[in-house]
Amino acid sequence: MLFRLSLKNMKKSFRDYAVYFFTLILGVAIFYIFNSLGEQTVMMEVSKSGRDMIDVMADIIDAFSVFVSVILGFLIVYASSFLMKRRKKEFGTYMLLGMGKGRISRLLLCETVVIGLISLAAGVLLSQLMSVLVANMFAADMNKFVFVISAKAIEKTIFYFGIMYLSVMVLNTFSVGRCQLIDLLRAGQKNEKIKMKNSYLCGVVFIISAVMLGYSYYRVSVRPETVASTNSILFIMILGAVGTFLFVWSASGFFLRFSMSSKKHYFKGLNSFTIRELNSKVNTNVVSLTVICLMLFVAILIFCSGASINEGSRQNVLGHTPVDLNVEKTPVTAGEPDPYTREPYTQAQENNWKASIEDSLEEIGFPADKYLKDMVCYNIYSDENLHMREGLGSAAEVMERERPNFFFGDSEEKLVTVSDFNRLAALYGFGQMELSDDEYVAAANFEDVVKYRDMALENGTEITVGGRVLKPKYTKCRTDLFLNMSNGNMNSGFFIVPDKAVEGLKIKSKQMAANYKAENKEGKKEVDQILADLDKNPASENVAMSVTTRNQIIDSSVGTGAVVVFVGLYLGMVFLLSSAAVLALKQLADISDNQERYRILRNIGADEKMINRALFTQTATFFLLPMALACIHCIFGVQYAGYNVSFYINQNIVPSIIITMGLLLVVYGGYFIITYLSCKNILSQSSS
Amino acid sequence: MSELLKLDKITKYYGNKSSLTKAVDNITFEVQPGEFVAIMGASGSGKTTMLNCIATIDRVTGGHIYLEGQDITSLKGNALNAFRREELGFVFQDFNLLDTMTGYENIALALQIQNVKVPEIEKRVSAIAESLNIKDILNKYPGQMSGGQKQRVASARAIITEPKLILADEPTGALDSKSARMLLESFRKMNETMGATILMVTHDAFTASYASRVLFLKDGKLFHEFYKGEDTRKQFFDKIIEVVSLLGGDVNDVI
Repeated sequence: MLFRLSLKNMKKSFRDYAVYFFTLILGVAIFYIFNSLGEQTVMMEVSKSGRDMIDVMADIIDAFSVFVSVILGFLIVYASSFLMKRRKKEFGTYMLLGMGKGRISRLLLCETVVIGLISLAAGVLLSQLMSVLVANMFAADMNKFVFVISAKAIEKTIFYFGIMYLSVMVLNTFSVGRCQLIDLLRAGQKNEKIKMKNSYLCGVVFIISAVMLGYSYYRVSVRPETVASTNSILFIMILGAVGTFLFVWSASGFFLRFSMSSKKHYFKGLNSFTIRELNSKVNTNVVSLTVICLMLFVAILIFCSGASINEGSRQNVLGHTPVDLNVEKTPVTAGEPDPYTREPYTQAQENNWKASIEDSLEEIGFPADKYLKDMVCYNIYSDENLHMREGLGSAAEVMERERPNFFFGDSEEKLVTVSDFNRLAALYGFGQMELSDDEYVAAANFEDVVKYRDMALENGTEITVGGRVLKPKYTKCRTDLFLNMSNGNMNSGFFIVPDKAVEGLKIKSKQMAANYKAENKEGKKEVDQILADLDKNPASENVAMSVTTRNQIIDSSVGTGAVVVFVGLYLGMVFLLSSAAVLALKQLADISDNQERYRILRNIGADEKMINRALFTQTATFFLLPMALACIHCIFGVQYAGYNVSFYINQNIVPSIIITMGLLLVVYGGYFIITYLSCKNILSQSSS
Repeated sequence: MSELLKLDKITKYYGNKSSLTKAVDNITFEVQPGEFVAIMGASGSGKTTMLNCIATIDRVTGGHIYLEGQDITSLKGNALNAFRREELGFVFQDFNLLDTMTGYENIALALQIQNVKVPEIEKRVSAIAESLNIKDILNKYPGQMSGGQKQRVASARAIITEPKLILADEPTGALDSKSARMLLESFRKMNETMGATILMVTHDAFTASYASRVLFLKDGKLFHEFYKGEDTRKQFFDKIIEVVSLLGGDVNDVI
C-alpha cells in the first residue's frame, strides 16, 4: 500500500519533481562519465603516452570527485527539502487521518529509493550518450568507439549517491519527526512581508561595493602581477565575494526605484506586477543570488580557460615540432652521483657521454643510418660566468621582482654557435643567421621571459662568453627560434654566439635533430616503437640520453590539454548545474506559493498571453541577473587567468568562448526552459 | 431590449448521471441598468455558482446569459478574457488584492491591462480614490490596510474600468460591521452617483438591505424576490428578515 501511495504521489506531483529529476540525472551522468573515463577510453585508439595522461587524469578526477560529491550532496538535500516543504499540507492531511510519523517516514523512504534508482539508471544511460562527446575531445578514432559499462564507475556512483540519498532520508525522517500538525496544515498560509530598504544606506553600500569590485577588477586585470601570493589571491577573492554580496544587496534596494522611474513603462500591461514580483524575489534571495553568481563566475571562468588552454596547446604544438626526432645527451662524470638514483656514475657511462650521439644510438641497437635522415648534430655550450642574472643585465632585477617564479638567476645560459645554429636552421626551416665576431643574438619565446630579455637587449646588455665581450645584434629577442621541439612557447632563452667565442667552454649537452627515413604514418609509428623499446636493451644502462619524438609531444600535449579541459569541465559543469538548479527550484517554489496572485490577475481580466509574458520576463530576469554579473566578473577574471597560464594561451581565444557559450546555453538554457514550462504548468493547472 | 443582464433558464449541474447535483436549476431573471441587486440564500443554495456563471468564471450546463443582448455563454478564449476585462468588475470576499503592490498599483493594474495610457490612469485613480475616500491609503500595501480599506480598494479596482456590471461575492463576509457599513455606503455611492449596476451575492440580511432589489435562492431555484421601492432601509431589512426566517437558517447570521 505504502509503495503504491508513494508511486502515485510522485506521478501526481511530477511537475514539482521535474527539476529535481533533471538535476539528479544530470548529476549522476556527470559523476559517472568523468569517473568512468579511464575505462571508457580503453577501447579507443589512444597511444601509450596518451594513455598515461588518461591515467593521471583519472587520479585527479578521483580526488575532485569527493569535493564534487559534497556539492552535489548539498544540492540534493536542498532540493529534497524544497519538495518536503511543498508537500507539508499533504503530510498534514495524512497525520490528520491518523497516519503515524513512522509511516510517513517510511513513505518518504520508499519515494527516495524509487527516485534514487530511476535517476541512477537514467543518469548512466545519459552518460553513455555523453561519452561520444568525450571520445571526440580526445581526438580518438570514432569508428573504434564501443559502449563500455564501467563497473568501477558504477560502483563508485552508487556508493557516493547512496550516501547522498541516505543523508536525504535521515534528514527527511528528522524533519517529519519534528513537525507539528498545525504547522503542516497551515504551511500554505504565509504573510508577505514588505521589506523596504533605506535608500541612503543602499546608496552608501552601493558605492562601497562598486569601489570594492572596481578595485578587485583593477588588481586582476591591469596589475595582475600584484596578485601572485596566496594571501593576495585570497584577499582579492574575499574582496570580490563581499563586493558582490553588497552589490546585490544594494542593487536590490535600487531595483524597484529604478524600474519605477519610467512611469510609462512601469504602468504598462502587467509590468508593475512583474517588477514587484521580481523585487520581492531579489530582496529575499540576496544571499543565494550572490552564491549563485559566484558559482557561475567560477564555472564560466573554468570553461573559458580550460577550452582556450586546449585550443592554444593544439595550435602551438604543430608550429613547434618541425622534425621527427630530438635526442639530447647530458654530461656524465664517473664517480659523481646520478641526480635521480643517487648512485655514482660508472666509467662506462662517462665513456658513453664522450662518444657521439650516433655512436651511442648504434650501441643500444638503433643504427642511425638505417632509420634516420637529415641528421644535424650540434653542441650546447655554457660559460660558468654567464648565468641568467648576467644574461639579463639590469633587467634581472626587474624580473626577479615582477616574476620571481620564472627567474632562475643562477642557471647557466645556453650557448650555441652560429654555424651549428645555421645547420639546424636549415633543417627546421628558419632563415640563416649572420653574425659578426662581437655580436650575439638572444632567442626566447616563453612569454614571461621574453619581456625581460627584450628589456635587456634594449638596454644593450653586453655578455661575456669565453672572455669575449659581445653586444646584442637586435634590440628584441627572436621569438621565432628554438632548439628543441616542445609543445608550445617553452623556450626560456638561448644565445647564438660567434664560433670562436665558445672555444674552451664546456659542453652543456650534445644534441641531435633528425627525420625518420620512413615516409608514411605507419612506418613512422614503427620507428617510434623501436625507439620506445630501446630502454629494454641492456646496453642502455650506460647511456644517459633523452629521446623526444614529434608524436610523443603531440600525444602528450593533447593529453595535457585534455586533462586540464576535463577537470575544468567536470567542476564547471557541477557548478553550473548546481546554480541553475537552485535558481530553478527557487522560482518554482515562488510560483507555486503565489499561484493565488495569478488567479487574481485572471479574475481582473488578464489574458493567458499577458500572464505568460509576465511569467517569462520574470523567470528570464531571475536567471539572467546573476549570470550577467558573473559574466562581468569573468571579463576581468579571464584576463587574470590568461596572465597566469600565458604560456598556453596567446592564441585565438574566440573558439573557446564559442564552446563555452554553447555549453552554458545548453545547460543553463535547459534549466530556464524547464523552469518556465513547469511554472506555466503550475499556473495553468491552478486555473482549471 | 432595455435590460442590461438577462438570465434565460440557466442551469448548472455537477456530478454525473448517477449522482446529479443541480446547483442552479432553471433560473430566469433580468437586471435593469443602474440597479443594485442582492442575491440571498443559505450556503449551498447556488448563489455563488450563479454569480460565477455570470462572471464567466464557470460555464452553464444549459440556458443563456445575455449582457446587453450579447450571449456570453457562447464566448470563448480571448473573447471571453476581453469580455471579462472590459464589461465586468469584481469584488471578492477575500479582497483579491496583490500583496506585493500598493493600493494605487492594484487599482491601476486593472487599467493597465486595458492598455490605458499613464496620464489617464493617474486621473482616473485619483478621481475614484477621492470619491471612495481611500486617498490616504493609496501608497500603503494591502498588508498595512484594514479589511474595510482593502475591500474599498478592491471596489475601486472593480469600478475604475467603468464596467457595465459589477459582481460582488460576499463583499462584507470578511469585514466587521463598521467596515461593512462603510463599504456598503461606498457601494451605494457607486450605484447612485456613478451609475454602476451591481449584482451582489450575500447571505447577510443587513448587507442585502442596501440593495434596491433582493432575490432569494433556495436549492438552486429562484424562491422569491422583491423591490425596496419607497421603503426605508429599516423596513426593507425587516422584510428581508421575514423571508430569511421563512427560508430557514441563516437568521443567526443577521447582524
